[in-house]
Amino acid sequence: MTTAITLSGVGKRFGPTIAVDNISAALSAGRVTGLVGADGAGKTTLMRLMAGLLNPDDGSISVNGDIGYMPQRFGLYEDLTVSENLRLYAELRSLAPAEQPAIFARLLDFSGLDGFQTRLAGKLSGGMKQKLGLACALVATPSLLLLDEPSVGVDPVSRRQLWRMVHELAEQGVGVVWSTAYLDEAERCHEVLLLDQGRLLHVGPPAELTKRVEGRCFVIKGGADRRKVQLETSARPDVRDSLIQGASVRLVMEEGAPPPKVEGHEVSAVPPRFEDAFITLLERKAAIPTLPPRHRPAVPTDGIAVRATDLVRRFDDFVAVDQVSFAVKAGEIFGLLGPNGAGKSTTFRMLCGLLPVSSGIAEVGGRDLAHAAAQGRQNLGYMSQKFSLYPDLSVQQNLNFFSGIYGLAGKTQRQTIATMRDVFALDPYGGTNAGALPLGFKQRLALACAIMHGPDTLFLDEPTSGVDPLVRREFWTHINAMAAEGVSVLVTTHFLDEAEYCDRLGIIFAGKLIALGTPDEIKAQARSDAIPDPTLEDAFVALVEKAQTS
Amino acid sequence: MFGRIRALIIKELLAVWRDGKSRFVLIVPPLLQLAIFSYACTYDVKIASLAVLNQDGGLASHELVAAIAGAPAFSDIVAVNSENDMAAAIDSRRVMVALRIPQDFSRRVENGGGASIQIILDGRRSNSAQIVSGYLQNIITSHNHDLAPTTQVPVLVERSWFNPNLESLWVVVPGLVGVLTQVVALVVTALSVARERELGTFEQLLVTPLRPWEILIGKTTPALLIGVAESTIIIVAAQVWFKVPMTASALLVYAAVVAFLLSVIGVGLFISALSSTQQQAILGAFFYMVPTIILSGFATPVENMPDWMQTLTLANPVRHFLDLAWGLFLKGISPAQAWDSIWPMLVIAAITLTGSAWAFRRRLY
Repeated sequence: MTTAITLSGVGKRFGPTIAVDNISAALSAGRVTGLVGADGAGKTTLMRLMAGLLNPDDGSISVNGDIGYMPQRFGLYEDLTVSENLRLYAELRSLAPAEQPAIFARLLDFSGLDGFQTRLAGKLSGGMKQKLGLACALVATPSLLLLDEPSVGVDPVSRRQLWRMVHELAEQGVGVVWSTAYLDEAERCHEVLLLDQGRLLHVGPPAELTKRVEGRCFVIKGGADRRKVQLETSARPDVRDSLIQGASVRLVMEEGAPPPKVEGHEVSAVPPRFEDAFITLLERKAAIPTLPPRHRPAVPTDGIAVRATDLVRRFDDFVAVDQVSFAVKAGEIFGLLGPNGAGKSTTFRMLCGLLPVSSGIAEVGGRDLAHAAAQGRQNLGYMSQKFSLYPDLSVQQNLNFFSGIYGLAGKTQRQTIATMRDVFALDPYGGTNAGALPLGFKQRLALACAIMHGPDTLFLDEPTSGVDPLVRREFWTHINAMAAEGVSVLVTTHFLDEAEYCDRLGIIFAGKLIALGTPDEIKAQARSDAIPDPTLEDAFVALVEKAQTS
Repeated sequence: MFGRIRALIIKELLAVWRDGKSRFVLIVPPLLQLAIFSYACTYDVKIASLAVLNQDGGLASHELVAAIAGAPAFSDIVAVNSENDMAAAIDSRRVMVALRIPQDFSRRVENGGGASIQIILDGRRSNSAQIVSGYLQNIITSHNHDLAPTTQVPVLVERSWFNPNLESLWVVVPGLVGVLTQVVALVVTALSVARERELGTFEQLLVTPLRPWEILIGKTTPALLIGVAESTIIIVAAQVWFKVPMTASALLVYAAVVAFLLSVIGVGLFISALSSTQQQAILGAFFYMVPTIILSGFATPVENMPDWMQTLTLANPVRHFLDLAWGLFLKGISPAQAWDSIWPMLVIAAITLTGSAWAFRRRLY
C-alpha cells in the first residue's frame, strides 16, 4: 500500500504551549485514519501541519500527491446555493468547464444533495452542510483528504451517511484523515492516531488497542441503585474505570483482577470498546473529591421539579419547538437528546425563562420563570453550552462575582468558594484569567459557578462536549452526587454517551419529542433480529427514520 | 440586594480594568484627542498671508502697506506686479487675501478726497477670510485715524465679556469636556451589554435572581465612575494646561457632569441592549454620536440652525451640557441658571435608562 503522508518527529509550539509533541507516523492511501483525542489534544494543529498551513518547529512532513482539506468550519458561502458553491470551488480549482457537469452530477449523487441544488447553503441542516463541504473538497479528487471534526453538529443519521461516503472514497484509493473527539468513531477507522495533550498515545488499528482490555470489561445489571453501585465500584483499587450505562454499570478491571461480586446484581463479561482501552492509557488521577452534603431541597407536592406542557415556539413561520411535553421528577437526571438545531436548546431556554413561549406552559419548581419574581431563579443553577464566564476576570474573581450575585456574603461566601476551589482542583489557578484556563478547567469553573448557591434544580446545556473521558467521568460523579441529594437535573446533549448517564431521556427531532423513556426503554424500541443489542445510537437512528417516514 | 449590586459593580470595573486594550482606550485616546482638538479647533487666524498689488507707488500707499505689515497677523506679505499674478496667488492658495491699491490712491489721499482700496478674499475659506477682513478693516480704520484725526466721528470701542481677548481655546476646551466625556461614556456602556451577549454571560445574568433594574444600576454606576474620572482629567487639564478659567463651584460642575453622564449612559445602554454583537453596538454608538456633536453648538452655533432643527437639539444632551459648560467655565453661572440646562438632561436620562431596563429582557434570541 502506498504511503500518502509521512510525519517524522513533528513538533509545534505556540508560545509556551506545546501543541504537537514529536509525532512520527505514516498514513496510507486507501484507508481511513482517525485522529482521535479530546479538545486541545492537538488534532487541529496536526491537521494544519499536514495541510501545509503551518510549518513544523521540529521534524518534517513529506507528502505524496495532492491534499484536500476541509477545516472545522468549511468555507461554504451561505448566500450561494448548493450548486453555486460547487461551481465556485470547481472554478477555484480551475476545473475545465466541460468536465464540470459530470463531476457535479457524481458529487451530488454521492452526497445525497441532488434534490437540494437550488437551496441556499445557509439554509441547510448541519449534516447537509458537512456533506456539501465534503463534496466541495472533492471537486478535484485529492490523493489525501483531511477532514477536521466533520461530525460536529451532525445528527447520527447524517453522521452514518458521512462515514459511508468516506469509506467509499477510501475504496477508490483516497487516503482519508478524520479527526474527532468522539471515541466511538475511532472504531470505524482502519487506523487510529490517538492524541493526548499533543503526544501520540497509540498508532495502529483500533482493534489492536481494544484487544489490550479483552476480558477486563464487565457489566453489572439489575437493582435500582446503579448510582450507588457505580460510586462503590469506582472507589475499589482493582477497578480501573466504572461508568453508568443506562440501567447498568460498566466496569474495566485492572489487569488480572477478577470481576467484583455485587450483592443482588448480575455481573457479565462484555466485549471491550475503544473508550475502555483509552481510559487505561491515561494516567489515573487521584480520587475525585466529593461535594460537601447540602440541605435536601423541598420536594414539590406532586414530585415534579420541571414540567413542560405543550410547549410551542415559533420564529416567524418556522416552528422550532412543536407541542413538547415532559416532566422531570425531583432528584431525577433527565436528558434532552437531539442533533443541533432540533429544538432542544430552544426548549431549554423557554424552561429557564430566557425565551418567551409561543404557547404552552413552562414551569420550574411550580413557577413560570419568565414571569415569576426574581426569587424563583435563586433555586436554579444554569450552565450554558458556551463557556459563559468572564474571560478577563481571574478564577477567584469569577467565583466572587457569581457567589455575590446569588447573595452569598461574608463567611459563608468565603467557605463556599474555598470548597469549590478544593473540589474542582482550581486552587493552582486562583489568579489565572478564566479565559486562559485549559478547557477542562473552564468547564469545572463553570459548573462551580452554577452550583455555589446550592440550587434545587440544575440546567446543564451540553456540559461535557469536547472534554476528555476522565474529565467527563469527574463531571458526572458530581452530577450524580447532587442528584443523590435530591437535586433535579435537566441536561441537553447531542452526545449519545452522555445520554447513558441519564435516568430518563426525551429525544427531540425537528422540534418534536419523538421518544420518552429510560435509556434501556428507548434502546428496546429499536431491538430487532438484525440488531439484537442496539446501542443508543442505533435506537436514535431507527426512531428518527420512523419519525421521518410517518 | 445591595450585595448583589455591589458584586456587579466590582465585576464591571474589573472587566474594564483587567483588559489591557480597554484600559488603553479609556486613557490614551481621550488625552490625545484633547491635545489635538484643542490646538486644531481654533478660530483665531494667527498667520495670514497677504498679496499686495501696489499700482500706485506713492508715499501714502507705502505707509498703508507698512501699517499692515506691522500687524502680528500678517507676517507673510507677497508683492505682486499684475492682476494676473494676484489672481494666481489666490487661486493657488498662496495667499488668503489680496490688497489692490489703485494708481490714484496717493494723489487722492494728498487731496483729502476719499481714496479707496480693494480687498479680494478667498471665499473658499469663508470663515477665516471674514476674520482676516475684520483685521484689515481695523488696521485701515486706525490708519485713517492717524491720517486725519477727527473728533466728529463716533468711534466704536469693543469689549468682549467673559472672554476679553476672544480666545477660541476658551470656547473649544469647555466644549471638549462634553464631547470627549460623551465618547468615553458611550463607548464603555455600548460595549458592556453587547460584549456580555457575545460571551453568553448576559444570559447567565438573566437566570440569576438579579432584576432588570439591579442590572441597570450595576451597569450604570461603573460607567458613571469612569465618566466622572475622565471628565475630571479634562477639566483639570483645561485649567492647568490650557489656562481656561473656571468660574463656577466644583459642586455645580459635578452636578452638571453627573446629569450629563446619566443621559449619555442611558443612550449607550439602550444601544447596547438592542445590539447582539459588539460591532453593532459600536456602529450604533457612532451613528448616534456624530449628529449629536453637529447639533450641539460645538462647531456651529445652534442659533444659526433652522427653527425646527433648533427644537430637535433640545433632545440632545450634548447641547444642554455645552450651554452649561461655557456658563460654568466662563460666566460664573448661578445654580438656578444651571438648573435650566440640568433638568432636560435628567429627563433624557430617565427616559433612556428606563428604556434600557426594558430592553434588557427583550431581544433574547
